[in-house]
Amino acid sequence: MHLPLLSIVTFLPLLGALLILVMPGEGERLAKSARWIALVTTLATLAISLVIWAGFDGSSAAFQFEEKANWLGFGISYHMGVDGISVLFVVLTAGLMPFCILASWESIKVRVAEYMIAFLLLETLMIGVFCALDLVLFYVFFEGGLIPMFLIIGVWGGVRRVYASFKFFLYTLLGSVLMLLAILWMYLYAGTTDIAVLLQSARFPVGMQAFLWFAFLASFAVKMPMWPVHTWLPDAHVEAPTAGSVILAGILLKMGGYGFLRFSLPMFASASHSFAPLIFVLSVMAIIYTSFVALAQEDMKKLIAYSSVAHMGFVTMGIFSLTHEGIEGGIYQMLSHGVVSGALFLCVGVIYDRMHTREIAAYGGLVARMPMYAACLMVFALANVGLPGTGGFVGEFLTMLGTFRVNTWVVILAATGAILSAAYMLYLYWRVIFGRLVKPALQTIQDLSLREFAILSPLVIITIIMGVYPNFVFGVTHASVANLVHQSEMAMAHHQHVAATGTPPVYGGSPAEGGEGGERLYAPPPPRFAWSPSPASGGGTQSHELRMRAAR
Amino acid sequence: MSALSADLITLLPELVLAVAAMALLMLGAFRGERSAALATWLAVVVLAVVGYLLLATGPPKATAFGGAFVIDGFARFSGILVLLGSVLGLLMSHRYLEDLRIARFEYPVLILLATLGMLLMVSATSFIALYMGFELQSLALYVLAAFHRDSQRSTEAGLKYFVLGALSSGMMLYGISLIYGFTGTTGFGEVASVIKATGTGVGVIFGLVFLIAGLAFKVSAVPFHMWTPDVYEGAPTPITALFSMAPKAAAMALFLRAILTTFPSATPQWQQIVWVVSVLSMFLGAFAAIGQTNIKRFMAYSSIANMGYVLIGLAAGTAQGVQGALIYMLIYIVTNAGAFGVILAMRRGGVMAEEISDLSGLARSRPGMAFVFAAMMFSLAGIPPLAGFFSKFYVFLAAINAHLYVLAVLGVLASVIGAYYYLRIVKIMYFDEPAPAFDEELTLSLNTVLVGSSLFTVLFIFAAAPLVALAGAAAKTLVP
Repeated sequence: MHLPLLSIVTFLPLLGALLILVMPGEGERLAKSARWIALVTTLATLAISLVIWAGFDGSSAAFQFEEKANWLGFGISYHMGVDGISVLFVVLTAGLMPFCILASWESIKVRVAEYMIAFLLLETLMIGVFCALDLVLFYVFFEGGLIPMFLIIGVWGGVRRVYASFKFFLYTLLGSVLMLLAILWMYLYAGTTDIAVLLQSARFPVGMQAFLWFAFLASFAVKMPMWPVHTWLPDAHVEAPTAGSVILAGILLKMGGYGFLRFSLPMFASASHSFAPLIFVLSVMAIIYTSFVALAQEDMKKLIAYSSVAHMGFVTMGIFSLTHEGIEGGIYQMLSHGVVSGALFLCVGVIYDRMHTREIAAYGGLVARMPMYAACLMVFALANVGLPGTGGFVGEFLTMLGTFRVNTWVVILAATGAILSAAYMLYLYWRVIFGRLVKPALQTIQDLSLREFAILSPLVIITIIMGVYPNFVFGVTHASVANLVHQSEMAMAHHQHVAATGTPPVYGGSPAEGGEGGERLYAPPPPRFAWSPSPASGGGTQSHELRMRAAR
Repeated sequence: MSALSADLITLLPELVLAVAAMALLMLGAFRGERSAALATWLAVVVLAVVGYLLLATGPPKATAFGGAFVIDGFARFSGILVLLGSVLGLLMSHRYLEDLRIARFEYPVLILLATLGMLLMVSATSFIALYMGFELQSLALYVLAAFHRDSQRSTEAGLKYFVLGALSSGMMLYGISLIYGFTGTTGFGEVASVIKATGTGVGVIFGLVFLIAGLAFKVSAVPFHMWTPDVYEGAPTPITALFSMAPKAAAMALFLRAILTTFPSATPQWQQIVWVVSVLSMFLGAFAAIGQTNIKRFMAYSSIANMGYVLIGLAAGTAQGVQGALIYMLIYIVTNAGAFGVILAMRRGGVMAEEISDLSGLARSRPGMAFVFAAMMFSLAGIPPLAGFFSKFYVFLAAINAHLYVLAVLGVLASVIGAYYYLRIVKIMYFDEPAPAFDEELTLSLNTVLVGSSLFTVLFIFAAAPLVALAGAAAKTLVP
């Protein structure tokens, strides 16, 4: 009997939220207890996520810590599990959360209890996204996250918060509902929404894959965000409170990349292969165009937001290179960007709390009065540029390496983006930190407080560790990514076989869709749901799928 | 004799309801106005007893009066929905009516009579029985809409509802007469077999169109929705709440049964009509709700849009579609009860506030109430993990399975537009500066409705499986 660690790590924050909800007291007392409960809860969640990481067997590509319980029936179950691709995102989420709580310690003054509840609820939903091994469950977590984020931006945000929160919500929802339809189609086709089963045995017809792939793209491209549907991000970032920006950049954006890795690549291998050039074009557009846009920004948060879009361009490029290096680079880039961009937003938050402006022009010469701050910001800025020795380098390098094997032109263009990122980050750093401290308002500005130092210093250390010893990540992701690439190649071979011989191996009945060819199942031959659940998941669920198929 | 008594036993729940309604009428007649509160509570008890009788007695499937009525799984599920809607309506209304000085004993009696009509509607299997139940509930509801006699708006609402309702009833009756004329029978099953044998003639198609027009009026689907905003706005609020719950459930159940059991061989013909009606309802409801300033009109357009989604289930024409529609109605009734509960609690100094802007900053003045309303709005927008997501999930599942891809895509697009206006309410409550606070005290029954509906909406995700299975079993009795 082992503990359902994933459920615990997912729902522990929810428990904390409920605790705050029933907390007696009013005003400052309630705010204080809410802050402490939130901090303790997020730290405990972090501890459990580290336990999961420690217990994770990196040599296996299988799902681990699996849990399975009945939920909606008919092939839709509560199924949780992590593999090498997802486990580190769980750790990243749990790891960033205490920083968010600490960053909001003093800057959030109104409706503190509600704020903490929203954040804890958001944490539950975000961790759930990465743990869910059922499409419907995934969707519930994925989509549910909109509600707390909408409130966080709208209630505690800046001047144009209403516009930003609506734009965030509706953009994301529009993408997601199309994905929902694709999920429904997949469910009806395969008779189950179990991701592990779908990965193992479902081969969707090539003709339909394009539709499904685009439906998923609609959701993930908005979430990522990819050019040209990125416009919600700068607005949301600028208006969100600091911690909200950290979560947006650090975690929510990663859900798009995670979705590509979990669904698009393995399940719609043929479509991913066919449309990879499209992704390359969009990625390069994102990298170059948004870098130029970032160069012209007057607002620090906006600048970092555009740089996030550019960095996510590297991620999508790497992922859709469909090479081992590219995909692992994409994962690494997401993780390091999660830390670095989060840290950059925290840095902006530090001076915003003092001066209440994010205008770059309002600052200058901060190094004179804030040397520690200048040092921290330098590390993060250089990491964002992708300087070797920082976390940003590894991911950027690997994505370019992976893509180089597929298409050199794409990499050449992307590399110019890397140069542009140096331009806008160093330009930002120069304008804010260097020069003479002439502005009267800045004369009395204070360096990092102890709390702020405690927030930023671990992030500096993590950034540098990620730069010099990337293996602590690759040790976990290696087997799973190798498996993913292998699956994708096998599926392609299968589809090519079908295309070449015109004789698809038919193992099921005739497909639901007429005219799509008989191909429904990928070898090895029957039984169709040959995947046997791990001992942890209890088994005995195949009957649902079979019944569902029989019913049709 | 034994045949008659068997029929009576089959319709025992309806009989109990009819007798109880008359008994309450007597009570009111002899005890006068003082009996209003007592009558309300007795009516709730009666409805609960009827619900028990409906569920616990009788064989799984029984017909009565020569196949004019049937009590099957579908009738039971829909009947419970109707009773749930009526009970919630009664529970919410009491205090409000006293404030308006219209707390009369006729009110619960009329609701019982309307409920009786609705129960007959959901179990009717012949056009005559259908029309009987239909008119019984309609007439009671016309009176209820005009129940606030001294209010011009209420009277106007009642009159408007009556005139348009009578028109739609006439259209439906005309359709029924055409169907009867061309098939020679009025039983659903008999008509179905005649159509199957002789094909779908022009006369039957005409009849079908008129029938659908009448039914679409009752569920307030576009283009027969015009009465809805006016009646919703004009009628006293608890009656509006009732209108949005029980009659909708009954009319939708009738819609499903009449179309699916009578015209299975004319599916292509009615499917395209329902398709268009559904799309128009979703989009008109979504767009028109954006500009509303009155919360009751807002809810009217919201209900038009929601009926569009339920009709997706009908358009699918499968057991899965019926299941989706039933789940949708269940969740819709409870969510609406919560929303109207909050609307009823919007009172300043004993006067109802009906403008959406009155909700400004509710999250700060009354956080609990704001939470309930926000949960209802997010649920109506179909955002997981709230109940509303699952209602949409199952109708879209049915649509995809029936290859209605375009309808499904249009449906989800409309739901994004819908999300905009629901979010607007949340925005007003959570982001805006507080307006003067509402009155503090709520009645116990209203509080119960608020707490119960929000618990249902939030926790549905855990209890979904058994409810979905029940709806599925009920749907199977209608469409095998």
